[in-house]
Amino acid sequence: MTKHTLSVLVENKPGILARVAGLFARRGFNIDSLAVGETEHPEVSRMTIVVNAEESPLEQVTKQLNKLVHVLKIVELDPTVAVQRELLLVKVRADRPVRSQVLETVNLFRARVVDVAPDTLTIEATGTADKLDALLRDLEPYGIKEMVQSGMVAIGRGSRSITTGPALRAA
Amino acid sequence: MTRPTPETLAHRAPSPAMLAAAANAATPAAPPAPAKVSGAVSLVKSLEALGVDVMFGIPGGTILPAYDPIYDSSVRHILVRHEQGAGHAATGYAQATGKVGVCIATSGPGATNLVTAIADAYMDSVPIVAITGQVSRPAIGTDAFQEADIQGITLPITKHNYLVTTADEIPRVLAEAFHLASTGRPGPVLVDIPKDVQQELTTFNWPPTMELPGYRPTLHPHGKQIREAARLMTSARRPVLYVGGGVLKAHATDSLRKLAELTGIPVVTTLMARGAFPDSHPQHVGMPGMHGTVAAVYALQKADLLVALGARFDDRVTGKLDSFAPDAAIVHADIDPAEIGKNRTADVPIVGDARHVIDELIQAVSAERAAGRTGDRTDWWAQLDDLRERYPLGWDDPTDGTLAPQYVIKRLGEIAGPDAIYVAGVGQHQMWASQFISYEKPHTWLNSGGAGTMGYAVPAAMGAKVGKPDTTVWAVDGDGCFQMTNQELATCALEGIPIKVAIINNGNLGMVRQWQTLFYGERYSNTDLGTHKHRIPDFVKLAEALGCVGLRCESADDVDKTIKAAMEINDAPVVIDFVVGKDAMVWPMVAAGTSNDEIMFARGMRPSFDEDDL
Repeated sequence: MTKHTLSVLVENKPGILARVAGLFARRGFNIDSLAVGETEHPEVSRMTIVVNAEESPLEQVTKQLNKLVHVLKIVELDPTVAVQRELLLVKVRADRPVRSQVLETVNLFRARVVDVAPDTLTIEATGTADKLDALLRDLEPYGIKEMVQSGMVAIGRGSRSITTGPALRAA
Repeated sequence: MTRPTPETLAHRAPSPAMLAAAANAATPAAPPAPAKVSGAVSLVKSLEALGVDVMFGIPGGTILPAYDPIYDSSVRHILVRHEQGAGHAATGYAQATGKVGVCIATSGPGATNLVTAIADAYMDSVPIVAITGQVSRPAIGTDAFQEADIQGITLPITKHNYLVTTADEIPRVLAEAFHLASTGRPGPVLVDIPKDVQQELTTFNWPPTMELPGYRPTLHPHGKQIREAARLMTSARRPVLYVGGGVLKAHATDSLRKLAELTGIPVVTTLMARGAFPDSHPQHVGMPGMHGTVAAVYALQKADLLVALGARFDDRVTGKLDSFAPDAAIVHADIDPAEIGKNRTADVPIVGDARHVIDELIQAVSAERAAGRTGDRTDWWAQLDDLRERYPLGWDDPTDGTLAPQYVIKRLGEIAGPDAIYVAGVGQHQMWASQFISYEKPHTWLNSGGAGTMGYAVPAAMGAKVGKPDTTVWAVDGDGCFQMTNQELATCALEGIPIKVAIINNGNLGMVRQWQTLFYGERYSNTDLGTHKHRIPDFVKLAEALGCVGLRCESADDVDKTIKAAMEINDAPVVIDFVVGKDAMVWPMVAAGTSNDEIMFARGMRPSFDEDDL
């Protein structure tokens, strides 16, 4: 099975998340990651859904998604021509003796410290799943007290936009 | 845009809501402001504007505001005895007329009682709109009395559903609901309206503007795909037209006949498509599938081309999928792109409305023929004719002297004729009714195909009769099915809906018993209903208690005269208790999960085929 990234443009209506998530569950798909937010058109939301699936069941679930009345457009983003990012917030044990080492790791990964306490640092990092995994591996020895990760968001490279077109104008 | 004025409201008997509206509209202002009406009035006026002539339902707490304007409305309301009956009646009405069926219920249990009927309509793509009351907005999510999240419950079994949050959106939501239900691949749409939204004041403006930017069904097929399909249809040596319910939904039966006769291709009609092509037509080789004819099942298995029109390669048709029609190229036309390639990969996928697809196929095939390309099907027809002759549908009369259920159903079809509508429940009687009644016209066969809902027949027949009052409507029901929804006969008796019911009473859950006979060593666990042994209930007395005429028939000699007696009665519903043998089985049969190649013509009997010929 391979990972697929679907960008799903939907009408910004109550219950749409339940409709989309329910459809995946019903058809036997596990969602690896899901992120939702508004687009440049306030009445349109964009979901970025990452699923692990074979080609033919993925086609079926895409067709079923298209049947949802509030779904406007579905585009599968090819990872080689798209920018993919996740956000990570992680609270790491960092008292005096190791603090400078932790900060060095933060700088190496171009992450940022967003909160400081006497014995911990809270670090914000964005990047691909691989980069964030590597950062976490480096931080692990110091002791991770808490972490939270967003779903992945993705956008195609180049000047073309998927949020233009007749369906979007009508919305 | 039509604006309601006090004059247009005045022809109705004044309800409190309307008096309020009229008083409101009478306030001096120039230009006059649109009259204020309640959400409930807006709902009923929307239904009237949409051309609804009848709805089936039961009032209750949260839908009470809507029932006040219903009292004055031109829309006929039929008070059923159980909400499931309202749902199936809406379905029967829709299937018989092609119009949208409407059912209405209160919140909580009223709404959940609709669920089976909604799921049934979803599986068979029937256009119905279900309207439910909901607890008032502030109470939603508090486990209030009679609260159920019916929008959440029906998410997977509706084409779309709504929770209306302000009275202003009622006309738009109703217009969208009817549009969604009846266009594209039809299906059920639910509209849930909180009680305080029904009471809220609003203005009624018609027509509203629909807001469905994401809904764009493809009606017209792609020309290139049509030409490719036509090329295959003229060159194939063993083609079959595999016709499903979509052809009926698209009202494409006349076109289908033209296409079939133009190409000379054999036609099979699925359970949902019985009547889409005349049974008596020489090119009709029968119903395919688990209980299909030997000729139809083998036509699919041995075909080199299947042209699927509005059919969905259901497991009851294909049997074991990986051995289904192994040599066939597949042309698959459906209005729902998600059906294409779902179960079987299509070589030529065609998305479009069946009528447009078939009409364009006729043109494309004509062009092929004009260019001198025609297929030779002489050998193919010789094989199929041989199978039809050697393995016709039939039965052996019971050796214990009991009445053969197949005989009853065959005579019913012959006496009531091809103009009557036949509505079946689910089980053995349904299969026999599909096999032994000859369907010549579209929309004369109604049944619960996808969901297999026992109890469908009586309320669906009621809905069909309301939609087609001048047509004879026969419910062919089992004794098990009948006991699930027969209370709607009281509705029929009181509302002047004279349906006729033939109970094929074998005293058992017959189809389950057949499987126990064949696959569970004749261990009849919980299939004897006692309707024979104890005559509980006595269906004749039950019919009479429900305001119907009750008749009973126990021997072959009495079958004709009992049916004829029932045909004479047109001022009341009639129920015939046909007491039939319990051991009759449905044949042919492809056992579940096996290949169509394993079809049994009768118990322990495989048809013999000359494999070299096929």
